[in-house]
Amino acid sequence: MYANFDLHLPKDLSAALAILGDAGDDAKVMPLAGGTNLIVDIRARSLTPAALVGIGDISHLRGIDVTNGQVVMGGKTTVSDILRSPELTDRASSLVDSARVFGGQMVRNTATVAGNICYASPAADLVPPLLVLDAEVTLERREGERTLPLSEFYLDYKRTARRPDELLTRITWPARSSDSVDLFYKLARRKGDAITIAGIAVALGVADGKCTRARIALGAVAPIVMRALEAERMLEGETLTPELIEAAAHQAAQAASPVDDLRASGKYRRHCVQVLTSRLLTQAWRRLS
Amino acid sequence: MNKTKQITLLINGRTHRAAVPANETLLETLRGLGYFEVKSGCEKGDCGACAVLVDDEAVDSCLTLTWTVKTQRVTTVSGLGTIEDPHPLHTAFIERGAAQCGFCTPGLIIAAESMLRNDTRDPSLDDMRLALSGNLCRCTGYTKVFDAVTAAARVVREEGGPK
Ligand SMILES: Cc1cc2nc3c(=O)[nH]c(=O)nc-3n(C[C@H](O)[C@H](O)[C@H](O)COP(=O)(O)OP(=O)(O)OC[C@H]3O[C@@H](n4cnc5c(N)ncnc54)[C@H](O)[C@@H]3O)c2cc1C
Ligand code: FES
Ligand code: FES
Repeated sequence: MYANFDLHLPKDLSAALAILGDAGDDAKVMPLAGGTNLIVDIRARSLTPAALVGIGDISHLRGIDVTNGQVVMGGKTTVSDILRSPELTDRASSLVDSARVFGGQMVRNTATVAGNICYASPAADLVPPLLVLDAEVTLERREGERTLPLSEFYLDYKRTARRPDELLTRITWPARSSDSVDLFYKLARRKGDAITIAGIAVALGVADGKCTRARIALGAVAPIVMRALEAERMLEGETLTPELIEAAAHQAAQAASPVDDLRASGKYRRHCVQVLTSRLLTQAWRRLS
Repeated sequence: MNKTKQITLLINGRTHRAAVPANETLLETLRGLGYFEVKSGCEKGDCGACAVLVDDEAVDSCLTLTWTVKTQRVTTVSGLGTIEDPHPLHTAFIERGAAQCGFCTPGLIIAAESMLRNDTRDPSLDDMRLALSGNLCRCTGYTKVFDAVTAAARVVREEGGPK
């Protein structure tokens, strides 16, 4: 491959954080996980890192655990790991569904959750489900770690709160019970290996016939994967009716700011946000009642 | 300049020592060592022609830097069996006419083998679509590929291989 870079393969997390820490704010020293974004961009010369820090040998960053009512997922967990995880099938069906329509097998076998989050594509398929699950991300650097809600991680198109010397080491979210449902739908040209035109996730919680918790996340229809906060507020505390669902879906579509590109027009994308949000909310509510 | 390192690779059960630069992909290393059955199609993860097994999982060798696989087993389509003792997938692809020009075949067989090892040995049509959606074939229309994988999976189940 035509490119010039140094490649570090630290044996453990502290060694990786030391290399990143020595580079400080130099964003030319980049973590390398599955490489399914990075290697493609380096070959296309849209990225020209001076050094890559391969995190493949840091094995404890991979895996899914449920402890103390929390789902804890290592940053290096792959998309295939999500599909093969018995823990997640009931606890995060939106995330499992997004993993199922993610790339092709070879990409799923190597692509990591942290890579999907940190690359910050608006079309990142794992992000809408993680947003509706109320995921938090833990970022570690030599000096210590911090945890922030995923909803505060994205600043603008491909800009995140991550400092260049931080690694995303864990993703956590509260494990919920049967009084909550989360769903995801990816609209694309095909089911397999296609870039998302609109990716919608919703989550609803219910108690005594009323919606206690509503989350709606929209992918590929704004500079970042976004929450439709206004629409969520319309639903919380209410008994959902077809009219209310329609109104919330309309609100979500208005909140999006989709662009025209080779995959779809902005107008079509906005229409799809309305239709898909309404459809998913209806399905989720029906499952709860 | 890219740094170069002497590394040891285990490919199809054979040990190789090679001087490999930091920026070299596994696809480049394998073809450089004469493993021409590993095909170079798109070199960006779209076509799956370059798929190989690293340990038991299929990866696109065009997206893998060689230094990162140094302690693992690499298997190409030729490492799964020989002319005298072919793998059930080899046999089924021939018998069912699942290879036409053959360019995609090494990758398809590796992806199918990865599914049989890691996911299911009794794949439905949807399982096969999921497992093979990262492999492009311009010739067969995939129907005969699915026939072949179904037939090979049956043989593997009867032989009682892994999983
Ligand atoms: C053919 C193909 C199909 C694809 N299909 C899809 C799809 O359907 N849906 C989808 O969402 N994406 C898709 N992608 C994009 C890509 O696979 C995903 O975004 C993937 O999750 C990236 O993860 P990675 O481990 O490969 O990241 P890498 O490429 O290794 O890294 C991506 C970015 O994240 C940073 N990074 C990685 N790990 C960490 C960490 N732990 N801490 C901090 N920063 C980190 C890197 O420095 C880099 O900036 C596809 C890519 C290809 C090539
Ligand atoms: S050459 Fe690697 S996926 Fe096409
Ligand atoms: S047989 Fe020709 S590309 Fe598949």
